[in-house]
Amino acid sequence: MRFGVVIFPGSNCDHDCFYVLGEVLNQDVKYVWHQSTDLSGFDCILLPGGFSYGDYLRTGAVAHFSPVMKSVERFAADGGMVIGICNGFQILLEAGLLPGAMMRNTGLKFICRFVDIRVETTSTPWTCGAYEHQVLRIPIAHNEGNYQVPYQTLEEMKLRGQVVFRYCSPASSVSGEFNPNGATENIAGVCNREGNVLGLMPHPERASEAELGSTDGLVIWRSLLDHCGVEVPTIL
Amino acid sequence: MARARVYITYKEGILDPQGKTILRALKSLGYDEVENLRVGKYMELELAGTDKEGLEKRLGEMCEKLLANPIIEDYDLEVDV
Repeated sequence: MRFGVVIFPGSNCDHDCFYVLGEVLNQDVKYVWHQSTDLSGFDCILLPGGFSYGDYLRTGAVAHFSPVMKSVERFAADGGMVIGICNGFQILLEAGLLPGAMMRNTGLKFICRFVDIRVETTSTPWTCGAYEHQVLRIPIAHNEGNYQVPYQTLEEMKLRGQVVFRYCSPASSVSGEFNPNGATENIAGVCNREGNVLGLMPHPERASEAELGSTDGLVIWRSLLDHCGVEVPTIL
Repeated sequence: MARARVYITYKEGILDPQGKTILRALKSLGYDEVENLRVGKYMELELAGTDKEGLEKRLGEMCEKLLANPIIEDYDLEVDV
C-alpha cells in the first residue's frame, strides 16, 4: 500500500508517521510537500500533527489553503483514504472535509499525555479490526482539541456512525471526568459520511511500538491495511 | 485607499474558555460588576479602492472563507473609504 505523508511548514509529526508506516508496517511511503498537487499513485494520504503555519489565525486555517489541499479534496472525493492526526485533523475540519471545528482546551493548557479512547464503531475502514467498544491507550498532545459541532449536525453524525472515538476511562466508561479538553460528548475522532476520511486528536503513530508504552495505535493501522486488502505484516 | 476593521467573536452558546478565565481574574481583583466577558479578535486592513459597498462585499467573503470560522464564530466589519 502506498502512503503519502504531507509536510506543511510547521508539521512536526511527519517523520514519526513516515517511520511507522515504512519501518513498522513495512509499507511504501513517500513525503508530499504541501506545494505539490500530484497525488497520483497514492492509496492513503496522511496529514500529520504539528503546528502548520504556526497555528496563526486558527489551527489548520492557513494550511487549508496550501496547494496540496485542493488535491486532497479531490483524492477524498474519489474515495482515497485520508487520515488527519491532531493538527492534520484540525486542517481537515477547516477544509470542510470533516464536520465541526476545534477550540482551545477548556483548561487553557497544552496537554501531552496518554489517554484512553473507546472505539465507537467498528464499521469504518479505520476500526474494522477492533472489537466493539475496545479501549485504546494512545497519547494526545494538543492545545486545541475541544471539538465543537452544531447540535443538529452531531445528531446526524451519530445516526450515520461518524463518531469513531470517544475519550473514556480505562474500563471504557465515557464521562466528563475522562474528557481532557472539553470536546463535545468526549469526541476524540470522527469520519466523513463515506468513512474514507478520518480525523483524530490522539497520535496512533506514537503508540505503534512496545518501546513507546503502547501498541494500541496498531489497531487503526491494521484495520486500514485489512480494509484495503493488504497482507498485514506478521509482526503485528 | 480604504481602511477596514473586522471583529470576530464566538457565536452565542459557544463556551469561551479564555473569556471565563479572564472574567474570574477580574472578579478576584474586586470588579464584581463584570457579569460576562467574551474574548474575540480584532483586525485592521488597508484596502485599495473607494467603492464602499463592493469592498464590504469582498471583505465579507474574506471573513467567510478565511478570517472567521462560521461554525463557531460571528464577524462584524466596518469599511471607511
